[in-house]
Amino acid sequence: MSRENILHRVRTGLGRGAGLAISEPPAVRLRVPQVDVETRIATMLRRVEALAGKTHRAPTMEDARAFVEAALAGRGAVASNAPYLAECGIPSLAGVKSGIHDREELRAICATIGVGITSANYALADTGSLVMLSSAAEARMISLLPPAHIAILPADRILTGLDELFTVLPHPAEITSSMVLITGPSRTGDIEQILVRGVHGPGELTVVVVG
Amino acid sequence: MSVEFDRKIHAALNDSKLQLAVYTATARLKENRENVVAPSVLPDYQELRTQANALKKHVVENLDHYLEEFERNVQARGGKVIWAKDATEVADFVLSLARERNARLIVKSKSMTTEEVDLNERLEHHGLESVETDLGEYIVQLAGERPFHIVAPALHKDRYDVADIFQKRLGIEREVVPEKQTLIARKRLREKFLAADIGMSGANFLVADSGAIVLVENEGNARLSTTAPKVHVAIAGIEKLIPRAQDLAVFLKLLGRSCTGQELTVYTSFLSGARREGEIDGPDEFYVVLLDNGRTRLLPDRGKRQSLYCIRCSACLNTCPVYRRIGGHSYPWVYGGPIGAILTPQFLGTAHEPALPFASSLCGACAEVCPVKIDIPKVLLELRSEVRKSEARESRNRLEKLAFRAFAWVTSHPRVYEMLAPVTMALMPARLRDRFGLAEPPARTFRQLWSRR
Repeated sequence: MSRENILHRVRTGLGRGAGLAISEPPAVRLRVPQVDVETRIATMLRRVEALAGKTHRAPTMEDARAFVEAALAGRGAVASNAPYLAECGIPSLAGVKSGIHDREELRAICATIGVGITSANYALADTGSLVMLSSAAEARMISLLPPAHIAILPADRILTGLDELFTVLPHPAEITSSMVLITGPSRTGDIEQILVRGVHGPGELTVVVVG
Repeated sequence: MSVEFDRKIHAALNDSKLQLAVYTATARLKENRENVVAPSVLPDYQELRTQANALKKHVVENLDHYLEEFERNVQARGGKVIWAKDATEVADFVLSLARERNARLIVKSKSMTTEEVDLNERLEHHGLESVETDLGEYIVQLAGERPFHIVAPALHKDRYDVADIFQKRLGIEREVVPEKQTLIARKRLREKFLAADIGMSGANFLVADSGAIVLVENEGNARLSTTAPKVHVAIAGIEKLIPRAQDLAVFLKLLGRSCTGQELTVYTSFLSGARREGEIDGPDEFYVVLLDNGRTRLLPDRGKRQSLYCIRCSACLNTCPVYRRIGGHSYPWVYGGPIGAILTPQFLGTAHEPALPFASSLCGACAEVCPVKIDIPKVLLELRSEVRKSEARESRNRLEKLAFRAFAWVTSHPRVYEMLAPVTMALMPARLRDRFGLAEPPARTFRQLWSRR
């Protein structure tokens, strides 16, 4: 059996006996700088824009709702089941489908609809990233299949960066099968290194920060 | 140097279009990288490299431990781990899974590991359709070629080449605008994603404490490959392990920057198992194939095993004066550039292309940009010494063989032997005779005495 064969070759190669204790892996120093909320928001929005994403700072949830309504401009949309979207009143917008829990149904909708609306579990200011954890509230496909993605999140979910993410969430696998960081719209440079957006994922990304 | 290697190098050097394409593309990638690792932008860059090196060293030195820990954690979340020692075992596993699931169409996101084992060819040979979905890989697959560069596989094709390939292979009108070409690929591949039975990916990292795989990409094809089909199979070399999820804070900061000059690539997926209770979408089945394919051959040598630290960022290719002239297709195996020059001889043996470790100016640029601090020039020197030693062994062997052939010929031709034997004995200097403890030869040989009997 190849399992034993490979493990045997590894142990022989390293000169190690089976089941030997190991030393602790080298410590990784995670640095979480103290950055006030306003600066985090500003950095986040600036970074998203630098990646050709659109941004909006909404003082209230009502404002966020009005912004999304205008941004949809009549396009059909599918919203995730995130409680925060419901709080913002997104599901009641005209042309927005929501409350979908069936994979096949969701997939059929996402494959044809113009916009996917999600919240985000966290955001990373340093890199302008959204952190999406798959759950009953957030499906993977809504931020992936439609050509445009709008994410709405409260300002207090913006972390400074990767170090803070792994401090807050040292074991993502314990809570979800899929954690995805989204940093800007889908892009490629595979033909003559010419930047083209929207290859397979959404070419249009809008981040709305509330608060 | 093999005739093949020599021919390919000259072909690349004489292709002015290719020279320009490789030079400009690598120059841009190189500059992008330099801009984001500069001390003013990333003050702890050197510290990150040191940490990454220490982590990889620790993993490789305790590889069996982390492989088992990874396997346990994948299983704990309902996934399966398959151990494959070579190309055949990977293909056999995928083929049997496809048969069981009645699968015909596989969508695949970019993976150098599967290039190593010619997986697409093997699957297609058995009637499966295996489609590359990264735009560059898609172009290269349609052209029937292998990737030119680790992260920019179609670097050698311009828009007109792509127009020709699409026209011929997809049966469409000629289209030369890259934006429109991209859209054509998006449409074609979207159909494939939605119809596929199995999604296949590589893995940039295997996270031992989580039983998770990590994929980095810009297009979204890896996300689609691992989300749309009901079955996800990830194929990864056994050296891809890192101990903990939090180590990603080190590696992710280095990988995107070293690849393309991005602080993070557009999508970073951390996937641990199939979709769970309550989750709306994602695959129902999750498999990780751990591939050896020659990797364990690198372990016994403490100096050279650092070659396994590589995270396939391609920074060494972009900075290498040799790669930038001879290009990716001149190299004898799937890995080009400085990292290819040290991996190929160790995976396949130095005899595969003895000249390869010598195809370097030893300028050290590769070691300077390597995010995990592999001392590539040092490994190259050790490989050169191995090549020379085995050549010396060869030539000693050749001389010995010649001597024995001559001896065999003489002893099987009695007349010649009868003539030469007395002469040889007479000619043998006394000093040599003493050294071997031989008696003084008699006046006549045995054969001479026998014939006069």
